[in-house]
Parts: sequence; structure tokens; C-alpha cells
Amino acid sequence: MIRILLSLFLLIAALPARAEVDIKEITTPGGLTAWLVEDHAIPFVALELRFRGGASLDVQDARGATNLMVGLLEEGAADMDAQAFARARDALAAKFSYNVSDDAVAVSAQFLTENREAALDLLRASLVEPSFSPEALERVRQQVLSGLRSARTDPRDLMSKAFDGLVFGDHPYGSQLEGTVESVEALNREDIVAAHARGLTREQVYISAVGDITEADLATLLDDLLGDLPQEGAPLPAEADLNLPGGVEVVPFETPQSVAAFAQRGVDRDDPDFFAAFVLNHILGGGGFESRLMTEVREKRGLTYGVYSYLADKDAAQLWMGSVASANDRVAEAISVIRDQWARIRDEGVTAEELQDAKTYLTGAFPLRFEGNGPIASIAVGMQMDGLPLDYIANRNDMVNAVTLEQINRVARERLDPEALTFVVVGQPEGLDEQVN
Amino acid sequence: MRNLTVWLFAALTAILPLSVMAQTSEQVTSFALDNGMQVVVIEDHRAPVVTHMVWYRAGSADERPGVSGVAHFLEHLLFKGTKTMEPGEFSSTVARNGGSDNAFTSYDYTAYFQRIAADRLDLVMGMEADRMINLQLDEADIATERDVIIEERNQRVENNPSALFREQKSATQYLNHRYGVPIIGWRHEMEALDLDAALDFYEMYYAPNNAILVVAGDVTPDEVRRLAEQHYGVIPANTDLPERTRPQEPPQLAERRMTMRDARVSEPYVTRSYLAPERDSGAQKEAAALMLLAELLGGGQTSFLNERLQFNEKIAVQVGAWYSATSLDDTTFDLAVVPAAGVSLQQAEDALDEALTAFLETGPDAEALERIKMQVRAEEVYDRDDAGGLARRYGRALTQGLTVEDVQAWPGILQDTTPEQIMQAARRVLDRSQSVTGWLMAPEVTQ
Repeated sequence: MIRILLSLFLLIAALPARAEVDIKEITTPGGLTAWLVEDHAIPFVALELRFRGGASLDVQDARGATNLMVGLLEEGAADMDAQAFARARDALAAKFSYNVSDDAVAVSAQFLTENREAALDLLRASLVEPSFSPEALERVRQQVLSGLRSARTDPRDLMSKAFDGLVFGDHPYGSQLEGTVESVEALNREDIVAAHARGLTREQVYISAVGDITEADLATLLDDLLGDLPQEGAPLPAEADLNLPGGVEVVPFETPQSVAAFAQRGVDRDDPDFFAAFVLNHILGGGGFESRLMTEVREKRGLTYGVYSYLADKDAAQLWMGSVASANDRVAEAISVIRDQWARIRDEGVTAEELQDAKTYLTGAFPLRFEGNGPIASIAVGMQMDGLPLDYIANRNDMVNAVTLEQINRVARERLDPEALTFVVVGQPEGLDEQVN
Repeated sequence: MRNLTVWLFAALTAILPLSVMAQTSEQVTSFALDNGMQVVVIEDHRAPVVTHMVWYRAGSADERPGVSGVAHFLEHLLFKGTKTMEPGEFSSTVARNGGSDNAFTSYDYTAYFQRIAADRLDLVMGMEADRMINLQLDEADIATERDVIIEERNQRVENNPSALFREQKSATQYLNHRYGVPIIGWRHEMEALDLDAALDFYEMYYAPNNAILVVAGDVTPDEVRRLAEQHYGVIPANTDLPERTRPQEPPQLAERRMTMRDARVSEPYVTRSYLAPERDSGAQKEAAALMLLAELLGGGQTSFLNERLQFNEKIAVQVGAWYSATSLDDTTFDLAVVPAAGVSLQQAEDALDEALTAFLETGPDAEALERIKMQVRAEEVYDRDDAGGLARRYGRALTQGLTVEDVQAWPGILQDTTPEQIMQAARRVLDRSQSVTGWLMAPEVTQ
């Protein structure tokens, strides 16, 4: 009975590694707050900036302006055109990336200690003095339009579009952040300048830095980098009014495999039941191969390559979401199994063993995230966006471990709602009753 | 604006960006066990985490004819049981210990890995060694998992015209070599994969003398050696391991062209690929020249093709160039152009050819080359932040005919590459008579 002995041993040995990340909060003379992990092992710094608001700050009739604005930040700044900017950045071997999501503009930078000041001057130019030249605007507009045209015949893009429209309606989340071909064609330079003024401000920014830099140097550098941005931006959008009627909406599209998104109401991070819901989701569909959805849909029935569920905690909406993809003649069965599992875990709850396994996984996996300056900087800025305290990293596993069987099963009963679970399917699904309740 | 490229080209296999070229020799130790298993240890003591990988020198290009996809199918089946482990127990044990695990298959290798707290290395090594020799499969495992890989093919390939197009391109590029057959397999052959095919591949290739152990993270070489000897050292070598030779490409004498139409294509584009030499052990200079050539031609905003086709002529919305340097056998040098609105594929292709001709006449811009070399040097710093990435680099290189010394020599070879060497390689490779040109477009509209 080697196996049993081994298992017993594992239970005893399974104490997770501790996440030891020494984060300091600093305030610059200019009044910016940043989180710093000072680590001089490798001569570079990973810097993360997040500007809250993101594409949701687009004004009516200029949908896609923030996305296009962010795409233009590295396309010319100060006295440099796009290529001069790229040449300067590459000559310093600095790495900048600019991304936009529904809730934030994200700027990530990595730069060597040996040319830190020059790299930051360049980054500053892109954030504070972007040119938005007509030439660059036109070129990047064509790139965005190219992507939008492709999205018209991509099953996953069609799925997101239909899902967002159904669930979020008139809220900014209800349309695609890239805009539409029509809205992007209509954008002009004033729209872009306005999006920049709304979206990149000192009031909205969250900052983290990890690597080879001291507190004092970081403070000076941040004031130089962001000091000339406007203080205040636009107000954030109101909470979304969720439409989750239950049932299935089908978007017909000729392709061999149907892709599906599904959702019900989620749980806010501030909710006292958040950790119970988080652990519950892990057991339901959040893990790797062990979750109930993976076991039932993939491992037992071979209906899909992957099926997942997750808690989507957006600034203005909380969803309990999931996705699956199955051949057109099998997707109806996959959806039926997902619904059954959703109902089963609500009605029967989870077992003590499942709860224990989930806790061991989640608490053990947590410290593995903190590997490398880049990942740590990204986590640290995300924590600030979520309003988490500095000691969250030290205490987070205790909060996972505090979830009881009673609590998790109560949360399953109260929160899971298979009747409201709403599916959007793109493809040619067979034998699927299309009916949005 | 660079993230646009993702939708189009992300799935090109085994494309190595410049970021794979680091000098990190001080972190790396390598040795071999008595049974022939090679071991590479990459130390990074900043976090108490370890990445444990076993790489087999066996990928889809090592399959027998008629069972395409079996290398990848077997990869899935290794998560079923062994003589002492239940199906699924491997991953659930890793998960119960706070780790994650997975595997991947390519033309030249199959690799299995776990990321876990460093004090669990003993555990995952024991389990990985177990499934190297004790795999136990039954017909039921086969049937369900075959459905899973077919859904995987649906997801990755059948639902994506660009992926189908790439399959056709590879099949057109390689007349004789197995690189012309998709890693995941042709659908009709996948549907017929059975237990015998999987076990045949397993018994032929899964053995310590055909495997490389790579351990990266908070470990010491001594500790890894002790554990590796305990778990892997006791497994006998496979003395019947076949020599790794595959059918090679004949010289390509005629240019090949293909046009694929699919109703799901909204943005047509043109691709060009040339058969090209790969990095060989002790002979990496031409590959280094081609790597720099790809950067000079298509790496970012200031590259030759982007400057000319996107900025000056406004023919293209996107241009890219890639060279898959690490490969066991002949590889490819790839170009792609997404034309601007109103520009035909023929016009885009002509503009590409004119640009290549111009490049062959003028040669590389000295400042551009210097910037690329600066980035190569900087990667030696950035790479130290990613021990897992280093682990993948060594695993890949060692299954594709290179040595630890070759990997460590590579950044220096890149630095020493001259404009003349780049032009020599460019003239040799950028020859239309040994190329495949592909057009991917929507169906013609008939009135």
C-alpha cells in the first residue's frame, strides 16, 4: 500500500511556502503614492502604472477613443516621431508597453539601471507629451480598423460582443472598447486629446516598482515622470445594471466548434463571503484538471479541451463567469453538464476533502506567483487597484484557511443560481434550445 | 502599437524572440547520470520556488507515418495512471501541494513540467520518474482522451483559418520532412489513434537516455544530483533507442505558391517562407546572422520592412519577419504582410519583393544593427529575472541538437556577427526558388 502511505505523508508535509515580499509604501514630495520592493540582485527595475478608468471613460459618440489614444502613446512624443521614439527606446534597451482594458490604462516598463534616467525621460515624453500627429493617428487608426474587421468573423470576438451587449446593455462594458468600424472612422485628434486628458491623471494613477532602486531615487523619478500630468480626470462610470435572464442566446456562425460564455451574478471583493466564493469557484471550475467542471466535461466525457469558471471582479460589475468550446454536435451536452454541475454544487455543497484540497492548493500556489520583478510589480499594482492593504500578502492565506465547510456550502446555496446562468453561444450548435428567459 | 500582431501571428510555432539570447552561465550547472540522462540546474534563490521539467527528445517529427498526433496524444495520456497512481492522481497530488503542472509537445520534443514550492522537488521528481516507465493505460482512457485532443484541434486549428493556413503552408514547405505534418496531427489520423500507437511511441522514446532533466529555481546542483540519482538514476537506459535521423528535404528547385480561401477571413494577408538552416552544435554563425536579419527586416517599428511598407509606401498595416533558429532539422525564415485597405495581395507581395531586393542591395543600417545588439546585451540582464524561461530555453536547445555550451556561446556569436555575414546569409536564404508564398483570403463573391 505504498500509495496510501505516500498520501498520509503528503498531508503532513504540505505546509505551504511563505510569501515573503517586503513591500514599502512611499509618498513622493509631489504627493504620489507608490509601492516599492527594493531588490538589488539584478540591475534593472520593473515599473507598473495603472490609471483607473480605462476605456470606460470614453464619451458617447467617441467609442474607441481611449483605445486609439493608448495605441498612439508610443507613436511619437515631444520632438520625436514614431520611429525616432522607437529608435531611442531600443537604443536604451528599455521595454515599454501600453495597454487598455475596461477599467484601466496599464503602462509597464522595464529599464536597466545603467540608463535609468534616459529611459524614464523617454517614458515621460510618451505619457505627458504624446504628439498624436495626424500621420500617426491615421496609421494606427488603420491598424485598429484592421483588427475590428477581423473580429467580425472571429468566433471568440463575436462571443464577447454578443455577451457584453446582452449582459451590460448601455453601460460602457456593453460595447467593445476598440469601438466599431464606424466610431473609429469618425474619431478625430480632439477626441484623442480629450481621452488623454480624461484617462491619464495623477488622481487616477496607482504605482509599483520592483528591483534595483532606492526609495529616494524612486520618489524623485516618479515626480519627474508624472508631475506634469493633470491632477483630475473624468468621473468613473456608474455600476452596471446586469441583465442575466438565464437561458441561451445563439449567434449563428459557420465554424466547426461552438464557443460559449456563461455568467451569473458574482461576488464583490469587499463582500464578507468573497473568500468562500473564491474557494468554491476553485472547486467548481477554477483549478486545473481537478475542478468539477473539468472532471465532468473533459475528463469523463471528452466534450471539450477546456472549461473554466471564474469570479470577474470589474470596477462596475461583478460576474461569476465561465467559458467552454465544443464541437457543434456536442456543445448542447457540454452546456447541460455545466448546468447540472452548477445545480449540484448548490444543492449538495462541497465535501470536507474538496475544501481541504482547495485550501492546500490555493495557499501553496500563492507564493509561487511572486517569482521575478515583473510579476511582483504587476501583483503589487493590482493590489492597490483592489484596495488591498500592504499586509494582504502576509494575511491572504489565513483568509483562505478561515473558510469553513458550513460557510462555503451556505454561499453555494445562496449565491449559485443555475436558473439565471446565461449562455451566449457562437457557432452552429445542434439540439440547443435557444431561449433567453 | 505592437500588440495588434497577436491576432494574426501568435500561433507561429517555435519562434524565438531576441529575448531568448542570454548569457547566464554563472547560474547554470549541467551533468549526466550514469544511465545517460542529462541534467541542467539553473539556480535562482530569490524565491522558494522550483520549476521541474523533463524533456524527451521525441516530438511529432519522430512519429511513424500514419499516426500523426501520437506524440501529443501520448503527452495527454501521461496524465492517466501508472502502476501505483490512479488516473488524474499526478495532477491532483501536485495541486494538493500548491503546485501547477502541465506539458507540451512540439516537432522535436515533448516536455512535462511542474512549478511548486522548492521543498516538494523530491515529490514531483518521484512521480515524474514513475511515469517514465510505469504508464498504465486502458481502452477507456484512450477513447475519452481522443475526443479531448480532437476538441483541442477544433479549438486551435479548425476554428481558425489562419491556423489552417499555417498547416497548409508547412505541408507545402516540406516535401519530405515530418515538419510538414502538424504537431497535433491530421484529423483523420487522430481519429484512428489507438492504444498500440501510443504505447509504441512510449516504449520507443520514453527512457532516461532520451531525456533531459531541467530544474530551475531555489535549488543547488548537489541537491538536484542526489535526488535525480535516487529517482531517475535507477531507471535503466533503453539500449534499443533508435538513432535520431529523419527523412531530410531535397533541394527545392521550384518556387511554390498556394492560395487558401475561407469565409471566416476578413483581413487577407500574404506570407512568404524560405527553407533555412538552423542552429547546429558548434556551427551557429549563419543562424545568428539570420536571427539578426529577421530583426533588421521585421522586428518592430524601425525595421526595414516596416519603415518602407508601413511608414513610407503605406502599403501595409502590419509587416513581420521571423526566423525559427532552434530546430533539429531545416527550419524556415518567414515574412508576412497585411495589406492596407484598398491594396491587393498582389500589390503587397510585389512591394515586399521590391523591398527585399532593395535590402539586398543596400545592406543593414549600422545604427539599427547596433541597437539590436544592445538589446541582445540587455536581455542578459532581463533574462535573469525569469528562471522558468531559462529552463525552457535549455530544454528546447538540448532536444534540438545543441549543447549547454552552444546556448552559452550564442549571445557572443550574435554580438560578433558582421554586416557581411548577415548579407551573405540573406542572399543565400531569400531566394524565391526555395520559397513558399501563401495568400489567405475570403471566397470570391459571385454575382
